[in-house]
Amino acid sequence: MDMADLGAVWLTLKLASVVTVLLLLIGTPIAWWLARTRSRLKGVIGAVVALPLVLPPTVLGFYLLLVLGPQGWGGQLTEALGLGLLPFTFPGLVVASVFYSMPFVVQPIQNAFEAIGERPLEVAATLRASPWSAFWSVAVPLARPGFLSGAILGFAHTVGEFGVVLMIGGNIPDKTRVISVQIYDHVEALEYAQAHWLAGGMLVFSFVVLLALYSLKQRGKGEAR
Amino acid sequence: MIRKNFRLPVALFALLCSAGLSHVKADEVQVAVAANFTAPMRKIAAEFEKDTGHKPVLSFGATGKFYAQITNGAPFEVFLAADDETPARLEKELLIAPHSRFTYAIGKLVLWSAKDGVVDGNGEVLKKGAFKHLALANPKIASYGTAAVEAMSKLGVLESLRPCFVQGDNITQTYQFIATGNAELGFVALSQVYKDGKLAPGSAWMVPSLLYTPIRQDAVLLAKGRNKPAATALADYLKSDKAKAIIKSYGYDL
Amino acid sequence: MSTDTFLHARFRIERRDFCLDVDLTLPGRGITALFGHSGSGKTTCLRAMAGLEHAPGGRFALGDEVWQDDARGVFLPTHRRPLGYVFQEASLFPHLSVRRNMEFGQKRGGGSASVSLATVAELLGIAHLLDRRPASLSGGERQRVAIARALLTAPRLLLMDEPLAALDLKRKQEILPYLERLHDELSIPVIYVSHAPDEVARLADHLVLLDNGRVVASGPLMETLARTDLPPAFTDDAGVVLETTLARHEADHLSRLEFPGGAILVSQRPEALGSRLRCRIHARDVSLTRHRPLSSSILNILPATVAAIAATDTPGQVLVQLRMGETALLARITERSRRELLLEPGQPVWVQIKAVALLA
Repeated sequence: MDMADLGAVWLTLKLASVVTVLLLLIGTPIAWWLARTRSRLKGVIGAVVALPLVLPPTVLGFYLLLVLGPQGWGGQLTEALGLGLLPFTFPGLVVASVFYSMPFVVQPIQNAFEAIGERPLEVAATLRASPWSAFWSVAVPLARPGFLSGAILGFAHTVGEFGVVLMIGGNIPDKTRVISVQIYDHVEALEYAQAHWLAGGMLVFSFVVLLALYSLKQRGKGEAR
Repeated sequence: MIRKNFRLPVALFALLCSAGLSHVKADEVQVAVAANFTAPMRKIAAEFEKDTGHKPVLSFGATGKFYAQITNGAPFEVFLAADDETPARLEKELLIAPHSRFTYAIGKLVLWSAKDGVVDGNGEVLKKGAFKHLALANPKIASYGTAAVEAMSKLGVLESLRPCFVQGDNITQTYQFIATGNAELGFVALSQVYKDGKLAPGSAWMVPSLLYTPIRQDAVLLAKGRNKPAATALADYLKSDKAKAIIKSYGYDL
Repeated sequence: MSTDTFLHARFRIERRDFCLDVDLTLPGRGITALFGHSGSGKTTCLRAMAGLEHAPGGRFALGDEVWQDDARGVFLPTHRRPLGYVFQEASLFPHLSVRRNMEFGQKRGGGSASVSLATVAELLGIAHLLDRRPASLSGGERQRVAIARALLTAPRLLLMDEPLAALDLKRKQEILPYLERLHDELSIPVIYVSHAPDEVARLADHLVLLDNGRVVASGPLMETLARTDLPPAFTDDAGVVLETTLARHEADHLSRLEFPGGAILVSQRPEALGSRLRCRIHARDVSLTRHRPLSSSILNILPATVAAIAATDTPGQVLVQLRMGETALLARITERSRRELLLEPGQPVWVQIKAVALLA
């Protein structure tokens, strides 16, 4: 592994962490709303959140490039806000990944919220807990397995993401060249040895992270029982 | 005249490589084509089928990927690469019919912007550097990228422009970066911005050919196609005047 | 809370296959039972009182504290109502220990110093369970914790939705004494939803009979149970409840229970003399004679006066209401017996009580 590979590894971990945290912040209210609303918009919003599951990543990346570009409304918005254009920047990668990994975080959390049902929140209300307080003291702890699953999947999915970042990132060393792109470049350049090392490392790392989180989840379940 | 192919692993692999390829007709020829040559190859294939009755089955993709597939037994018979290195490597590995390698097209590099007035007729814009992003294909893996780096190096602007680089992993992606306006300008293949004898809207500078090593795109008759009349016929057809005219009309040199 | 505080509840909730329409004024202390068969609207009514259901146009007030009055745009959300609610299933928070479950409401209920966690835990016999997780408790223990948790919010009204329904007989027997203690020690009104006559007879002071979303009867327990004009659904199992005092023990292992207007003998009771004991006398266990029987195996034969006679939904059977001083009894007899005995209101008779169910 050379410096470029290490840079890609570091960048990937940074990206996946930032995206996971952001997705928990953004995805939780969306999941809560989806789990509890009786609005007719529920189907529409749910479908929009799930869309990245359907679209091929490069297609999604292409449209993000269009939307976030100088002619797109997203690009005009970010420029009006003084953020500049997002494509080919780390924040651009973050935005694309947040969008792309959204269903992997929202759906487990939504399922967990739905599984809790109405009753514990009613109980909390009869114990003087405001809806806000009931959310934090009852809904969130009870949905912990869902949060854990969502975080695991969101992180893992961002680490493994390729098509979207390739499209929106422009493959800039240390800025947007993540591991998956680096591996792809090695493979395309027929540098199989480096590709194997990096891909193997990524597999081992992901396996260890997933294993750790899943055993944590298992233990959490044991405690609750 | 349908002969079922009972070699299951190969058939399965073929199915994976290109959908619908579950059986092979005697007069079909399996062709792997570099993505940048998609449009001209479609036209050539149509003419070829009309003239010979053989039916070319075309798969388009990245040259590096095709290399990996061919070395692992993919059932391609003719391969049109985007460079000359990959066919040479296949030749060294004895995966092609002897002496079957030839240059079917020479790619031309162009500096292009989707906006009028960005690129001038002499490439001066590169020296001024008044832009944020310059798109090019990844020089490590795409020959157009290598050529772009070479040209900038000869112009003495490589190091000053490097911070502006955004790299597409192939020239199609590079083209999209520029076409969507996310990169103000960039190096693409002339074939991408040259349609019906005219340049696409925007502004362009044809990079002089002395600034870079010619981008040779070589084709080979693969070992699997060695004794197949349809395959040898296609390889020959690519050298015909009719094919050459089509290739040139798409902005390639020969 | 003074005894002249009343609770007023007026709700109308229409659903596709059901309509609740009640207008109730209930006593401001003691246990009021909302009694009815399943589907009668008891739980919906209780949820409306808690604000868990919003009955548009409804009103709910505890004395002069108005929790809902839609006519004046008042609707306190549940968490702003100083009430305790015990659900049918215990609904403890599985992620919190027993102690933390109890503290959940306590710290949000304004932390009234008058109710300490230790006192309530003692009252409900759960002091030894405080550090356990809900999952490791029995059904009865969980329900006691849930009741304790509700009490610790320092409620001004306790709502209980069939708190024993999910428990087997043994667990019920384990909890009932605690509920009786609550009855004796709590000064707040309790609304207790039930479809079990025994629970109601044992615990309630006031009885509301609900049928098909409507109030059929509402009044003091003993008076209401002695009525003969209730719908058939309630007269099948008719019977009265007597509030008695254990007066003395007698020979032959008998105890004498006195009530205003008479006394009965039952098998010897373990309780101390002077204890108050409720017993239930089913109408089908009471028979009548014109003259005092000279010899009978029946122990309890008492003089009474016929107060009223009503038909039942069983052809050939009537329900007779009897008075013994302040106390009322019901007897279920055949129409033929009534005719042969020439029973009319105001007539003196002898009452033979075949069985007495002690509710303790």
